[in-house]
Amino acid sequence: MSVAIAGAAECDLGKTGKSILELQTQAVTRALADAGLTLADVDGIATNGISRFSATQLADYLGLQPSWSDSSFAGGAVFEMYVARAAQAISSGQCSTVVISYASNQRSARSRKLTGVYEEGTPEAAFEEPYRPLYPISYYAMVAQRYLHTYGLSRADLAGVAVAARDRAQLNPAAWTYGKGPLTVDEVLAAPMISSPLGALDCCLVTDGGGAVVLTSLSRARDLPKPPVTVMGYGEALTHTGMATAPDLLRTGAIESGQRAFARAGLAPADVDVVQLYDSFTISVPLGLEALGFAAPGEGLSVTLPHNTGGGGLAYCHPGQLGVLLLVEAVRQLRGECGARQVPDASVALAHGTGGIFSSHATVILGVDR
Amino acid sequence: MILQFCRSCQKYQYYPRPICVACGGDDLWPVEAAGTGVVDSFTVVHRAETPYTVARVSLTEGPIVLTHLVDIPDPVCDQPVRLDWRDGLPVFRPSLPE
Repeated sequence: MSVAIAGAAECDLGKTGKSILELQTQAVTRALADAGLTLADVDGIATNGISRFSATQLADYLGLQPSWSDSSFAGGAVFEMYVARAAQAISSGQCSTVVISYASNQRSARSRKLTGVYEEGTPEAAFEEPYRPLYPISYYAMVAQRYLHTYGLSRADLAGVAVAARDRAQLNPAAWTYGKGPLTVDEVLAAPMISSPLGALDCCLVTDGGGAVVLTSLSRARDLPKPPVTVMGYGEALTHTGMATAPDLLRTGAIESGQRAFARAGLAPADVDVVQLYDSFTISVPLGLEALGFAAPGEGLSVTLPHNTGGGGLAYCHPGQLGVLLLVEAVRQLRGECGARQVPDASVALAHGTGGIFSSHATVILGVDR
Repeated sequence: MILQFCRSCQKYQYYPRPICVACGGDDLWPVEAAGTGVVDSFTVVHRAETPYTVARVSLTEGPIVLTHLVDIPDPVCDQPVRLDWRDGLPVFRPSLPE
C-alpha cells in the first residue's frame, strides 16, 4: 500500500514562552487542519522530547488512545525514521492515520547545554568525557578540520554555507533571521570561536519550535483537501556514539542511508529537485550533499541543486531536533506553497536527518502524486 | 595505556570490551600500547579560560582514541605524536625528532 503525507505544519517558532506540550498541540492540530482531518482521526503517534513516555504523554495530553506509537530516540534523524515506521504500520493495517510531531521550547527555557550530556555508565563517560569535548560541537569541529585539511580549503570556504543559509532565510518570513539582512563571510569569521574551526556562526540556531506531518494511505489522501505527497523511499544507518569510533570522519552513515532510500524509491540523485539536509553546522552541508550523491568528495561546497530552501537550522529554526521541519519544508516545496523561495516544478524532494555526532542518519524521498 | 589484542583475528581495540568488535571472539588480551600514532583531527575548545586541544589520534596499532594534544601550539592533521600522561590521563605530545 502506498502511503502519503496529507498534512504538514509548524508550531510557533523562535522564542515563544510556551511549554513543550502547548507547542506540540499547535503542531499537531495545525497539521491535522492542513490535512482536513481532526484529532478523532488519529490512531498513530510518533514523537519524542517530551518525557520518558513521550508518545504516551502526548496521547494523554490530547485525549487520544492510539493503536500504534513510536517514541524511538536517535537524535534529529528519528523523524525521518518515524516516516518509515509509520508507512509500514499504515501499510500493514495497524493504524490508518499517523501524526509525527516534535516541539521544543529550548530558547525560552534556556535548557540547551553544550556539555553534561554524557550518561553515567557509558564508555563515552569513562573514555571521552574526561577530555571535555563540547557535545556535539567538538565532533563536528574535528570533521570540519579534517575536511579542510583533506581538500585544501579554509574556514572562509565553510563560512559561505552560513552566508547562503542567511540569504535563503530572507525569502522565508517564518525564519528566525528573516529581515536581518545578509551575512558576510567576514562576519562569520569574526564571530567568537567555539571549537575550532567552528565559530558561533558556523553553528545552528538555538530556538523554540517544531512541527508535525500527518501520514495516511495514498488512496485516502487523494480524497483530502491538499495534494498528497507520496513516500517514495526511505533508508537509515546508525554508526557510532563515541567521538573516536568512526574510522573515517569524512565517511558518514549518510552514504548508506541515502543509497538505501534511493534503492527503495528506484531513483538516483539526479532525479531529486530539492534537498532538505540537516545543517547542524556549516560542515554538515557539503559533507551531507557529497554523502547523498549530489557531489563528488570535496565538491559539496559548489552544489547548485536547491537545498535547505527555508534557511535550515543555520538561519530558519533549530529547536534541538530539526528532523520534522525538514519534512515540513519538503512537503511545502512539493505542493508549490513556498512563495518567493519555491523551487519551480519540484516533483521529488529528499529529506535527510542526522542525530547526535553524525551518529544516526535517515533519509526520506518524497514525491508529488502522479 | 592498555589496549586489547584479539588473538583470534590479530586486531587491537580500545576501549576494553568483553568481545572483539572485529570478529566477535572473546580471546582478548591486555597489551601495553606502543604509545605512537598520528593526529587524525583536532579542535581547540575555547569555552574555558585556557583553551585546550581535543583530538582524535590514530594509534599505530589501529584504534583511534579521543585525547588531548599538549605542547603542540599549532597542530596539523596527520602529524606524528607520542603518548604522555597528564593528571592520570593519556594525552599526546609531539614525536621526538628522528
